[in-house]
Amino acid sequence: MQEFLQQVVSGLAVGGIFASLALALVLIYNAMGLVNFAQGEMAMLATFVAYALVNRGMSYWIAFPVALVLAFGGGIVIQRIVIRPVERAPILTLVIITLGLATLLNGLAGFVFGYVPRSFPSPFSAQSADVLGVFVSYRDLGVIAMCGLVLLAVYLLLQRTTVGLTMRAAAHHPEASRLLGVQVSWMLGLGWGLASAVGAVSGIMVAPILLLEPNMMQSIIIYAFAAAVLGGIESPLGAVVGGLVVGVTINLAGAYLPFVGGDLQLAVGLAIIIAVLIIRPNGLFGRAAVRRV
Amino acid sequence: MLQRIRTAPPRYWLVAIVVIFFVGFPTVISSFQTSLWTQALVLAIAIMGLNILVGYSGQLSLGHGAFMALGAYTSAILAHRYKLDYLITIPIAALLTGLVGFLFGIPALRLSALYLALATFALAVVTPSLIKRPDALTGGVQGILVIQPDPPQFAQDTFATVTGTVMSSDQWIYYVALFCALLLFWVAWNLVRHRPGRAMRAIRDGEVAAAASGVNIAGYKTMAFGISAFYAGTAGSLFGLATGFVSPDTFPVSLSIQLLVGAVVGGLASIPGPLLGAIFAYFLPIESNQWVPSQAWIPAQIASTVKNAGPAVSYGVVLIAIMMFAPNGIVGLVNSGYAALNRRLRGAGDRETGQMPPDPQTV
Repeated sequence: MQEFLQQVVSGLAVGGIFASLALALVLIYNAMGLVNFAQGEMAMLATFVAYALVNRGMSYWIAFPVALVLAFGGGIVIQRIVIRPVERAPILTLVIITLGLATLLNGLAGFVFGYVPRSFPSPFSAQSADVLGVFVSYRDLGVIAMCGLVLLAVYLLLQRTTVGLTMRAAAHHPEASRLLGVQVSWMLGLGWGLASAVGAVSGIMVAPILLLEPNMMQSIIIYAFAAAVLGGIESPLGAVVGGLVVGVTINLAGAYLPFVGGDLQLAVGLAIIIAVLIIRPNGLFGRAAVRRV
Repeated sequence: MLQRIRTAPPRYWLVAIVVIFFVGFPTVISSFQTSLWTQALVLAIAIMGLNILVGYSGQLSLGHGAFMALGAYTSAILAHRYKLDYLITIPIAALLTGLVGFLFGIPALRLSALYLALATFALAVVTPSLIKRPDALTGGVQGILVIQPDPPQFAQDTFATVTGTVMSSDQWIYYVALFCALLLFWVAWNLVRHRPGRAMRAIRDGEVAAAASGVNIAGYKTMAFGISAFYAGTAGSLFGLATGFVSPDTFPVSLSIQLLVGAVVGGLASIPGPLLGAIFAYFLPIESNQWVPSQAWIPAQIASTVKNAGPAVSYGVVLIAIMMFAPNGIVGLVNSGYAALNRRLRGAGDRETGQMPPDPQTV
């Protein structure tokens, strides 16, 4: 039982990481009906920036927000240069472009930083605390807390501020918003920046667990896809719940199903994606799509 | 009366030149170069499969590497464990992969383009670890060695009489791949200009309109998946033959991306496109890896990084640039260049018949 609970807690920690990246995917999906295949690679690049800053002697707690701000700016720049010219292109074109972007960013990271895996510092101690008889590592608690904070911040930004209201309006009713004087295109840019920053959190949180290298996010993005699909791809709350469910599921499957073990956990992510898409394509929190003919 | 869809007439003399070129080519290049071209041809077959699916039927698959893996492993296991002749295993692998692709196409019907892309991408990422697991069957991380067959007697004799040299194993495999490529390109060409091709294009351009015109949407979409997987399975099987082994790392997610790059660069929804795209996608990393270190002015350290990161960077830039500026790929560029030249030479329309030159965008 105790071991089971420990697995659940560490599952929640990785689940928080998946939830951040899934939330980033949902933000962009809501803004323009597109799944951003480059989200993981954008997060990986932001993590490399944080790594470079920490390596220059900057304190972790300064480097972290600085990397997020840079990721925010980077997201806007990417939207302005790569996405804006093709905003109205068919979805096939957009998906191929984000995939090209993912490949490009992956190569760029390899070009600048090389493919040697690096260890990334964690600000939390590796020791464990005894919570009601369950040993919980401070790292897991720290990751859960950080991801929770970020998700809360995004919620407050979107629901309680004028900017958030404007962004939601631009995403849901671009024409009406434009008539009311909202600069829809820039709101999309802000959406990309925000998604990029939220995704960067997942990268910086996961880097101490995996080692930092250009292909680090390749498996995380699959879990984030699973989380977003499970939650219903347009629901931010769904992304968070989906992330936690996926995190706990793969951890338990890895620990208790002998044929899954460590190396087929990714296949569990794929199985979740396929099962949800076939059984309940709208996910847990999504609304059924109505198609106008 | 309905007007016939106008297409540029096929240029048979050009096709003949290309075929003669590919038949004669391996007699004048080295054995190593021949095996490279074999792999490029194999890639062309897989890209043609992807092209049928993405370009003609409008369903995006980012996981065709997985179908190639299935074809390759089917052949390798049959040849290695059951001692079948490798050439006989190629159609078996192709049919099996085609069947799996057809079955895969059934749940895919329910998915929007976006979800399909997502699911197939996840499949491509998971493929290597899925292969590793049943290691009694697939040989795990080590993979399976494929014994490259010697050319049969009739091929040796013909080759000796025509060129006066002894046919090597690499050359024989090249001709096997060329035969498959010619056959499958011919099938694809026939497929897309007849009823199935028109039906698939109609579905791609407007599913509701196609259904209203009596096109069997589900049938043609799953059929496209099946045919596409058949091509990928053939290519995978030939790939094992050409490289001499199959292992999980032969089929990374970057292979699926390489296929997509080839399809996009050559030109979606065109027949010569996949061949041009395959040559581009296959030789770009190889040539740049040879060219960059040979340049004295590039520091050695940068050269070694380019070797690792170069393909990814160039593939990414090419994908984005083509989708932005030339969505019809090389074929589209050539066609529009040809049309512009035609207009320049002949004026807006043909003087004798008064017809406008055919619109190169109409496929």
